[in-house]
Amino acid sequence: MTPKQQRMLSVGMLVVGIAVVSAFTIGAFREGTGFYYELDEIANGTAPLDRSIRVGGLVQEGSLLREAGSLTLQFTLTDTVNTLKVLYTGVLPDLFRDGQGIIANGHINNEGVFVAEEVLAKHDEDYMPPEVADSLERQGYKADE
Amino acid sequence: MSILPELGQIALLIALALAALQGVLPLVGAHRGDPAMMSFARPAALAQFGFVLIAFLILVNAFVSNDFSLQYVANNSNSQLPVQFRVAAVWGAHEGSMLLWILILTVWTSAVALRSHSLPLEMASRVLGVLGLLSVGTLLFTLFTSNPFLRLQPAARDGADLNPLLQDPALIIHPPMLYVGYVGLSVAFAFAIAAMLSGQLDRQWARWTRPWVTAAWVFLTLGISLGSWWAYYELGWGGWWFWDPVENASFMPWLAATALFHSLAVTETRGLFKSWTLLLAIMAFSLSLLGTFLVRSGILVSVHAFASDPARGYFILVFLLLVIGVALALYAWRAPSLDTQAGFQATSRETFLLLNNVLLVIAASLILIGTLYPLFVEALGMGKVSVGKEVFELVFIIPMLPLLLLIGIGMHSSWRTGNLASVLRDYRWLIAASLLVGVVGPLLVFGSNSVLTACGIVAALWVMLASAGAPLKLVRQGKPMTRAAAGMHLAHFGVGLFALGATVVSSFGIEADRSIAAGKPVTAAGYTFELKSLEEGQGPNYAFLQGVIEVTRDGEPVATLFPQKRRYRQQESLMTEAGIDGRISRDVFVALGDALGNDAWSVRLQYKPLIRLIWLGTIVMALGGLLAMSDRRYRVHVKAGAAKRTEEAAVVPAVTVTDSA
Repeated sequence: MTPKQQRMLSVGMLVVGIAVVSAFTIGAFREGTGFYYELDEIANGTAPLDRSIRVGGLVQEGSLLREAGSLTLQFTLTDTVNTLKVLYTGVLPDLFRDGQGIIANGHINNEGVFVAEEVLAKHDEDYMPPEVADSLERQGYKADE
Repeated sequence: MSILPELGQIALLIALALAALQGVLPLVGAHRGDPAMMSFARPAALAQFGFVLIAFLILVNAFVSNDFSLQYVANNSNSQLPVQFRVAAVWGAHEGSMLLWILILTVWTSAVALRSHSLPLEMASRVLGVLGLLSVGTLLFTLFTSNPFLRLQPAARDGADLNPLLQDPALIIHPPMLYVGYVGLSVAFAFAIAAMLSGQLDRQWARWTRPWVTAAWVFLTLGISLGSWWAYYELGWGGWWFWDPVENASFMPWLAATALFHSLAVTETRGLFKSWTLLLAIMAFSLSLLGTFLVRSGILVSVHAFASDPARGYFILVFLLLVIGVALALYAWRAPSLDTQAGFQATSRETFLLLNNVLLVIAASLILIGTLYPLFVEALGMGKVSVGKEVFELVFIIPMLPLLLLIGIGMHSSWRTGNLASVLRDYRWLIAASLLVGVVGPLLVFGSNSVLTACGIVAALWVMLASAGAPLKLVRQGKPMTRAAAGMHLAHFGVGLFALGATVVSSFGIEADRSIAAGKPVTAAGYTFELKSLEEGQGPNYAFLQGVIEVTRDGEPVATLFPQKRRYRQQESLMTEAGIDGRISRDVFVALGDALGNDAWSVRLQYKPLIRLIWLGTIVMALGGLLAMSDRRYRVHVKAGAAKRTEEAAVVPAVTVTDSA
């Protein structure tokens, strides 16, 4: 190949590569990004029911309930003003406890209950997920520690 | 109260002064052709290493001797912490990590100082000068925003303890390994800048640079792999890669470094791709810095995020822009004059290496986009999003699958002309075997298959067979093989192992959350798990509850596992320690969840076929890199270079070569 053809080849491959990749990326991102919704948005019904979303908040004191021996449980998330009932089946993360800031991925069912597929707590007990810290601040609560 | 920490701080200040000398004088000297100024580089580099080492050892000593008058020690250690973890706690948080970072930078710099006698003095001076400037930046950062020697008034009675997650043997060596890799890329960067400053970029330059890049890559590979292994058994509940921003931050430089040494191969052998190689060297190091910025500024949410501080983020951002800005400006100035005109055919090795580079860079770019996407969306006021694991997996597989398929062909293609037809002919049986096993194998072993899985397995087997094929042929014919070639084949074999493990475990791994109670065995993935008993006990700084779980398969005993739930006393935090029965063919993994009442516990049970190949593959890759690095041509030129230097010295009689080595 002459240098000119070489350059054409590299440029061509680059263009094709970028085009293919962008197409896939846009598609993948549209499918796979989870949008975070505030608890008040869920309370007033602006959050979508048909797709997977992320929610966050504090685990309300004493709200964790489970049937003895069963993996299914429920608890309530709060941003100090609004609350949301969450259903989950599975193993909870180590740092899940009353008052802990957590994030859950899942969807809202017809009864307005959040069915979580995944519950995430950060690995440091002082550490508040930033989304949750923002939500609390919106409700006039200063989440320092 | 010992005054050692103050001495540590002074040592860092002296190191800063030395770094400034090392950064300025040799560069000015090289520009003016003043050997006296250039001769500062080596002694300054070595002395700087000495002072940073003193500071580092003082900090280690503060941890080991429980000096809680230091804020950093008080925040990250505890008198009950076992001593090996007290040492590891030095780099358990931000300030100490920075000091470790600087120490490693000075180690690399000293290595360059000691091993660069074959380089022309100007080149060595410029490389060391650039490294000196980088050191100035990181030392300033540490002293002004992240000083580990700050005193706490009054001293704490005891420390807050190291995050229990980090109290693990793998975490003692994971960060240093990773940093050695990260920071090692600064050497390639310095070589690139030096070449652009001098305007001399030839095949010899590529030969000097290549082993350094490979060395950094070897450490980066092992560091990332260790992190993945730790995540698997310590925090992952059985996952081995999470596409967490910090993982991505280490993986992007790895991809760039991988592209870089493949591109260097072309530059060394054929004198081509020069400007591209330079760009990759800049990119690889910039991605390391970007990773640091993302982690330390706390703008991205991550399980690894250290306590964040906007001032730190701001400093690193300025440093980053300065480094990348200057490098790219130099590049824009020099690159157009560099490229050599030489031809190669469409199916030559050059083309395959070009493809390799394009695909690796695409992969790195996509991961970068995915990592930064939430930031952009939030900055544009479009809400808060997170990019899921599935997105990363998909956009990573798109460039990687063709890359795997091309490896086997590319490494048997000849330079310049190409011999695609004969490669395909020679390897047709291996290709057929990979296809057959990839399509039929999963059906026989696991009873199912999918297009993507089959593609992954075929590609992985093809890489392994193609890598093993050539060396075996040479051995059979009794022909010698260079270490570089052997290393390349070995590393590619490792890539195949990794890909096989990753494909099989993601396709056929089984995960199940169950409720388990004594006398009520549960079954998952064909294995039966029975809780025999729950025992309580005490570790050095934690109390634990340990399940004794017997695993059987078709009535045959397989293993007894001891998953633990630990409560660390100081931080009152819970930790899960999985029980794992690991074999090369599969892992059986049990993690204890929570007490469910009625004496039942939730457990997460997992069956992970071939997961060990993931880490084995990375070890094999690293070994391949080491083997290639030790090739004769990187050692022999030391002598040739020494001869050349004597010649040069003869031309400029005033040179007094200061050998501090």
